[in-house]
Amino acid sequence: MSSPVQGRGCLKVFIGMAAGVGKTYRMLQEGHAELRAGRDVVIGLLETHGRAETGQVAEGLEVIPRNGVVYRGATMKEMDVAAIISRAPGLCLIDELAHSNVPGSANSKRYEDVEQILDAGIDVLSTVNVQHLESLNDHITELSGVRVRETIPDAVLGRADEVVLIDLTPEALLDRLRAGKVYPAERVDAALNNFFRIENLSALREVALRLLAEEVGSKRLTTELMGSREESLAADAPQAVGERLLALIQPDPGAQRLVRRAWRSAQRLGAELDLLWVRPPGRSLSDEQERSLAALGQLASVLGARMVEEESDDLAAAIREVAARRGTTYILLGYSPPPRGLGRLRVPLPQRLMELLPGVDVRIVADRSRRSNGDAP
Amino acid sequence: MSPWTIFAIAAGGMLLGIGAGYWLPPHGRLALRERPRPVRHILLPFSGQQISRRAFEAAVRLAKAEDAMIMPAFLATVPMNLPIDSALPLQCARGMPLLEAIEQRASSQGVAVDSRVGRGRSARDALRKLIEAESFDRIIVSAEEDSGAGLGYEDLRWLLERVPAEILILRPAPEDTRRISGGAVSGHF
Repeated sequence: MSSPVQGRGCLKVFIGMAAGVGKTYRMLQEGHAELRAGRDVVIGLLETHGRAETGQVAEGLEVIPRNGVVYRGATMKEMDVAAIISRAPGLCLIDELAHSNVPGSANSKRYEDVEQILDAGIDVLSTVNVQHLESLNDHITELSGVRVRETIPDAVLGRADEVVLIDLTPEALLDRLRAGKVYPAERVDAALNNFFRIENLSALREVALRLLAEEVGSKRLTTELMGSREESLAADAPQAVGERLLALIQPDPGAQRLVRRAWRSAQRLGAELDLLWVRPPGRSLSDEQERSLAALGQLASVLGARMVEEESDDLAAAIREVAARRGTTYILLGYSPPPRGLGRLRVPLPQRLMELLPGVDVRIVADRSRRSNGDAP
Repeated sequence: MSPWTIFAIAAGGMLLGIGAGYWLPPHGRLALRERPRPVRHILLPFSGQQISRRAFEAAVRLAKAEDAMIMPAFLATVPMNLPIDSALPLQCARGMPLLEAIEQRASSQGVAVDSRVGRGRSARDALRKLIEAESFDRIIVSAEEDSGAGLGYEDLRWLLERVPAEILILRPAPEDTRRISGGAVSGHF
């Protein structure tokens, strides 16, 4: 590992869909490999959770003793950041990046401890589960029904020099759980009935795989653009990773259908969805339109889409501006009736968009009720 | 007649023609007289993955008779451990195809549709908020849904007591097992 920031240590994070997939085990294995290669390796903090095989693989690595923090009359053990920095190893292994420290500690979060250690020029290996990422927390809570309180900002993972996914099939993880390799026997039944259900694990695995795919895509984009004549383009490169959809809406009933279609497409692509309404300057809305707009806002909120409102009398220019700002890769618009009169002389909006936004797909969403015979089962 | 007179008569005739074209049907005063009444709305709330075909057909019949618009409304429930304004992609994955199916069916029968999504801590809470925010003339609900899947009998009683609109509650019909579900969407969704 080599950090792009001079003098700062490198951070490598092992991420998994859930406890028990083998993140800590893998971190310790890499620690041993580095030790054999001649590096100075220490364990800054290890949580074995009573797992015998994890404890065994930690043997042979120096452990920095934890620091006692007094909280409400009890002494709790937390990672001793000062001792690690003072010891100044080449590589430090720190488990559970999302952990919240006991009140009274120097930092409230372990990832802040890790930042300090990295700033001291020490490389760090760490572990985290996907549901601890702030941006995914709500989504995963809905998937699993379990809210995780300890979260880390996505930027922490974004700043990591390497992110490694520790993947395991849900079936294999459940086998490990039943064999008592994840939790003690008395906790297995409760775990199987709550968080460790096959549908939960499958969904979490999908989230973790998608997250890492985006991470790889992001790193590739950055690597391709940096340090070359295209370096200046990097600043203009869209911030979005993967696809980002933009649906053009108007405050009328048909827009609901367009938004549903766009959302479904976004789901399939694993993309973010933005909704754009370009309001002509000075135009006031009827009560019906106001209600339609409010309903669209509600729909956007429930779907997790972002609604953008712009005021402009040049629809295409406004769309271009928003698409560039949001890093849109895909534009969806509804069907418009053929133009009449002088409108025939104007270039149709989809064609203008294709000219203004090269490289952005434009899709016209059909009204499927027109082809339905109404006798669907 | 001088050329100027001929020109004046021609110009007057043209102006008269343009005026008549505007004021006569379909754009003019006659059309104004025939301008439709404000559109009536029929709310068709649901919270499960399917709705009773009878409820849907009743809504379509009434909408046709009254020249009304159907307002199918998906009621999403937010678990207590989430903020009330949370996105609910899993529930939407079930509710959106059903909204689409209802809209396609109703549109194909010539009935206008304006969909809605309500969100609350329970189906009743979502419906209450929707009713506060929207304007409608009638609600159609089916009494055959069990309370776990959507609006139960207690919710129906609440509707009758609290909602100042015509409420059509369809009596349970065990022999009628026909449903409309998201699977009925025509084409990909």
